[in-house]
Formats: sequence, structure tokens, C-alpha cells
Amino acid sequence: MEFTVGLFVVAGLLALAMLALKVGNIHALNLGGTYAVTADFNNIGSLKPRAPVTVAGVRVGHVAHITINPTTYQAVVTLDLLKKYRFPRDSSASIETAGLLGEQYVSLSPGGSQHYLKNGGKIRITQSAIILEKIISQLLYSKAGHSSGHS
Amino acid sequence: MISGLGRRVISGISRLGHATFFLARLMPALGAALARIRLIVQQLYMTGVLTLVIVVVSGAFVGMILALQGYNTLVRYDAQSSLGLLVALSLTRELGPVLTALLFAGRAGSALTAEIGLMKATEQLAGMEMMAVDPLSRVVAPRFWAGWIAVPLLAMIFSAVGVMGAYIVAVGDLGLDGGVFWSQMQSGVSVPNDIMGGLVKSVVFGFVVSWIAVFEGYDAKPTSEGVSRATTRTVVSSSLAILGLDFIMTAFMLRGL
Repeated sequence: MEFTVGLFVVAGLLALAMLALKVGNIHALNLGGTYAVTADFNNIGSLKPRAPVTVAGVRVGHVAHITINPTTYQAVVTLDLLKKYRFPRDSSASIETAGLLGEQYVSLSPGGSQHYLKNGGKIRITQSAIILEKIISQLLYSKAGHSSGHS
Repeated sequence: MISGLGRRVISGISRLGHATFFLARLMPALGAALARIRLIVQQLYMTGVLTLVIVVVSGAFVGMILALQGYNTLVRYDAQSSLGLLVALSLTRELGPVLTALLFAGRAGSALTAEIGLMKATEQLAGMEMMAVDPLSRVVAPRFWAGWIAVPLLAMIFSAVGVMGAYIVAVGDLGLDGGVFWSQMQSGVSVPNDIMGGLVKSVVFGFVVSWIAVFEGYDAKPTSEGVSRATTRTVVSSSLAILGLDFIMTAFMLRGL
């Protein structure tokens, strides 16, 4: 009986570990350590906390949290980057979309500086999310303007 | 009719008061029961291990059903790649803790009530008191601890088995890519918010179901009819308490996000 109860407790704890590691991907959050850098964007689209941060398509961290700067009214995105990767200080960040309607993520393009981003550092060069609706409406307006100019 | 309703409300509140006094009396016995861990292990076998089969089977089926239903809905929007996320969030946040607690109340909670009620009806509890053995620390507290420990463990097993069941259906039957299934799940499920939130819920449910089960047993009329009524009351009250508390906790947790 004691052995069975022991097995039951182990099974419960293993289930919790499986959920945390396999389902919740806890190792991407902290194991190995991360450092935080911020980046200001004019528009983050539908970027959400926990979205991936990638370099050349490889996941190197995640979005920790998103706030707004009360003076510039820009979105301040805090990125937790894995400590094992270092990026030049003049790297740029852009918000991209996986596929046409997929989730949004932050893509880093490393610069050429000899100095590296540190904990609490800031990425200066940023490119906001592309809002599909805006592009379509601009296209429609320009088309309308074009056709009315001809008539 | 109105006076009948009033009587029921008053009797419900008075019963809640009795249950709270009972819990206050039980608290010192809970500490004492920890010294006799063997009794808790024995009850953990009766309440936890013997409930495992129904929890594992239900978890697997719930996961598989979620995968089928979720796929049929998501495929309309060409978003079937999010199936893993949908299944994992449903199981860890809601279905795992709630269904496990409901199954536990039906399988083990009713058994706890019936056992304690029958001990009362056959005057075993009175006999213990005669021998200066406190029935609260010898009989009730180990059962309470066992129920409280078992529910979170069972809920985690339910969710994990459910996710595996959904994976088998989604990848094996519906042809979804295994990597997409896991990666979508991992990008959307938060360990502190979703998995730990579900764990907190199941701890609360374990406490409440065990409390109701031992109280109803201890408070049962010492007749065969009284014990059967107490058993029914355990299942009904536990189920309502689980659903009500789930609503309250979900509202708090979602507000905190």
C-alpha cells in the first residue's frame, strides 16, 4: 500500500513537471538566465507578453512585458534575452508576423558595434508592426484618388 | 412558499455556521494528525489511489473530445494549428481542476462521508471517546489531509493525461503536425498564470470537498437513512461549492492578468 501511495504521489508530481516543462515551456523562461532590454515602438499591433524574440529565425528570448511611456506615448516592450547570446548595442528590433495572420513576434537584426547590449539596456532602432488594415485602407484611398484624378 | 424559501435559507446559513465551527474544532487535530503520517498514507490510498482509474480514463477522454471538437471549430477559420493551445488552456485552467474535484466528490468524498457516518451509527466514534481517543484526530483529520493532498495530485494527472489524449487524436488521427501542436501550446501557456492558477484552484477544491465530506459524515444522523442522506448532501454541496468557487476564483485570476 505504501509503495502504491508513493507511486501515486510521484505520478502527480511528474504530471506537474510535465505540464510545466512540456506544455508551459518553463525552460524558455528562465533556465540558464536571461537579461532584460527595452525597445520603444510607435505601434506594437497585437504583440503580447511571452511572444518569441528571434534572430535569423532562432528563438533567443521572449517578450517579458509591455507598458506605455507616459511622456512619449510609445509602447515600451521589455525583452528577456537568453544570457548565452550577446547582441551589439546598435542592433535593431522589428515586430513581424508569422505568416499572413499568424502571431506577432519581435525580430532582432544584429548591428556592427563592438559594444554589447547589457541588462537594462535599450534598443534604439525599432520598426513598428505593420498593420494590414492600414495598408489596405491606404491602398484603397490611393486607388480612389487615382481613379477620380482620371475622370 | 415564501416562508418555505426563508426556512431553507436560514437552515442553509445555520448549517454553514455548524460546518465552520466544526472546521475550527478540527484545526488543532490537523496538526496532531501529521505526527501519525501512516494514517494519512492509508487514507491517501483509499481516496487518491483508488480514484486514479476514473481520473485517468476521464482525463484521456476529455482531452480526446476537446481535440475533436476544437479541430472542427478551428478548421473553419484555418486556425487548426492553435489546437494544442486551446486544449492545454482548457485543461490546465478549468477542466482539470473542476472535473477532477467533481469526480473526487462523487467517488471519494461520498465514501468518506459514508464511512464516518457508519462509524458514528455503529457507535465506534463514541467508543473511541470512551477510551479517551479523540475521534477528530484519529478518524477525521487523516481523511481530511488525504483528500486535501489527493485532489491537486489527481488534477495534475488529469490535465497531463488530457493533453496526451488530445495529442494522440490531433497528431495520430487528424494529421496535425506534432511540432506545431507543442510549439503553439508552449508559446501561449504561462506557467505562473495558467498551470499554477489551476494548481491553486485544485488545492482550494481539495480543501472544500474534504471539509464537506468529513463534516457531513460527522454530522450525519446515526441511522441508515441519515447516512444515505449525508452521502447525497456531500455530492450535491461539494458540486455546487466547486462550481461557485470556480467562478469566483476565475474572475479574480482573469482580473489579475
